Amino acid sequence: MRLEYFQMIDRVLELAPESITAEALVPPASPVFEGHFPGHPLVPGVLLVETMAQAGGYLLLSRLNLSRMAFLIGTREVKLRSFVGPETRLTVTAKLVHEGSGFAVTDAAITAAGRRVAEVKEMKFSIRDFPAPELAEAMRVRAREIGLLKDQDS
Amino acid sequence: MASAFDRIAEIIANTSDVPLENIKPESHVIEDLGIDSLDFLDIVFAIDKEFGIKVPVEAWTQEVNSGAAPAEQYFVMQNLAARIEELVAAKGG
Repeated sequence: MRLEYFQMIDRVLELAPESITAEALVPPASPVFEGHFPGHPLVPGVLLVETMAQAGGYLLLSRLNLSRMAFLIGTREVKLRSFVGPETRLTVTAKLVHEGSGFAVTDAAITAAGRRVAEVKEMKFSIRDFPAPELAEAMRVRAREIGLLKDQDS
Repeated sequence: MASAFDRIAEIIANTSDVPLENIKPESHVIEDLGIDSLDFLDIVFAIDKEFGIKVPVEAWTQEVNSGAAPAEQYFVMQNLAARIEELVAAKGG
C-alpha cells in the first residue's frame, strides 16, 4: 500500500468472474501516520473503506475489460471492527452483488491473519466512460502491476 | 400481487424522502418528486432486485439526451411502470 497515493491494493491473489481476493500490506511508515495518530499510527477507517472500494473496483474493471471506470458513489453499511497498524498484511475480498445499467454493486471485506477487520455491504459504483485517456492508461498500468491483467492481456 | 406502479411507488418511498401519498401516476420522478441521479440509481437497484430485471437506464438516458424519446416516456411514474412491465414480460416473467 502507498497510502498517500491511494494505491491500496498490492497484488491480486485470486480473480473469478464474480469475486476477487487481493493483498494489501500496510507500510511501516507513511505521512498519513504522522497525523493519524501521533504516537499511535493507524490506517484511517476511510482508507480501509477505500481499500475495499478498490478491490470491488478492480473486480468491476476486470469484468469490463478495463473499457470503462468504476466510481464509488455510496455504501449501505460499513463496519470497522479492529485497528490496523503499520506492517499489517491485509486480505481484501470483494464479490459482485448486482450489475445494473451504468452501475454495479459489490460487497467487500478485509481480514488480517484470519481475523475480521472491516466489512462493507452494498458498495455502489457508477460505471462511466473514462473521463481522461491518462486515467484509462494509468488504470491499465496499475492493473498489470497488481496482476489483474496478465502481460498477454490487452 | 400489487401493480407495478404500486411496487415502484413503495420502492421510491422507501428509498427516498418522498411520502408514498405524493407519488401519483402522473408524477415525473425527477421534476415532481425531486429524485436526483444518485437516489435514482438506488431506486433502479431496488427495482432490478424486486422485478428480477435490468432496467436499461443508460439506453433510456441516451435516447432522451439525443432527442429520440421524450423524458416523460421513461420518467413519469405511469410510463415507468409500463416500461417495467414490458421488461418483465420480455424476460418471460
